Amino acid sequence: MTELNPWIDGLVALLLLIGAFFLLVGALGMLRFRDFFQRLHAPTKASTLGVGGVLIASMLYSAATGRLAIHELLITLFIFITAPVSANLLAKAALHLKLPSKAGHPERD
Amino acid sequence: MSEQRSPAARRWLAHPVMSALLAAGWLMLQQSLDAGNLIAAALLALVIPRMVGGFIGDGFRLRAAGPALRLTAIVLWDIVQSNITVAKLVLNPARTPQPAWVPVPLDITHPNGIALFASIITMTPGTVSCIVDETRREILVHALDCSDPEAAARDMKARYEAPLREIFG
Repeated sequence: MTELNPWIDGLVALLLLIGAFFLLVGALGMLRFRDFFQRLHAPTKASTLGVGGVLIASMLYSAATGRLAIHELLITLFIFITAPVSANLLAKAALHLKLPSKAGHPERD
Repeated sequence: MSEQRSPAARRWLAHPVMSALLAAGWLMLQQSLDAGNLIAAALLALVIPRMVGGFIGDGFRLRAAGPALRLTAIVLWDIVQSNITVAKLVLNPARTPQPAWVPVPLDITHPNGIALFASIITMTPGTVSCIVDETRREILVHALDCSDPEAAARDMKARYEAPLREIFG
């Protein structure tokens, strides 16, 4: 372990807490929401600010310890490419199966 | 542009942006610039676009860097804002979300632009693109808590689609 500047240390800890908070909210959302389509919103929330907070903390920590933080940028890119596609496929399958929805069913065939 | 290139370049470098991204992606993953990784990056950059070329169409040219940066800033800001809105909704036991289906009519025509628009809608919390309907030219969006679907659709079009149309033309 390298000794870090206490300010950077605190900032990293704060970012980790923010990330963890939004991941927790995402998990609570899974429990609290009523139908499949509402639950679909939870992972998009968790994978943006939740993972984002942890990634920014990781980049800051690496920068402070002298490693160039490139992997974190790639992780962000990969999440932004894959998360919408998987959410879209899940939603399509759910609509096809006519899963119950609190918003009713969109009027189409 | 492509009409001045030789046939071999057109075959192997039909998607220069994608080739550059693949090579850069590989080198970033490996975090190294030694000879072996450079060769591997070059191979990936030449072979993968050729293998998937039939699926991805013509590719695109970035027309406008300014609107692209502005759109990035708008999206990041909206992600933070709507995360907070949704977190409040989840943590407040007295509130029941009012989900709604929001049809968003499309004005943008470039397929990559439509894909990016749908992805941005999904990545901002509170809205998920469920069906991208190219025959009706609309995206069917499920909104987690929405009392006015028409206003929500107008908002998404103004914030994301307008800059995307500047970028993709």
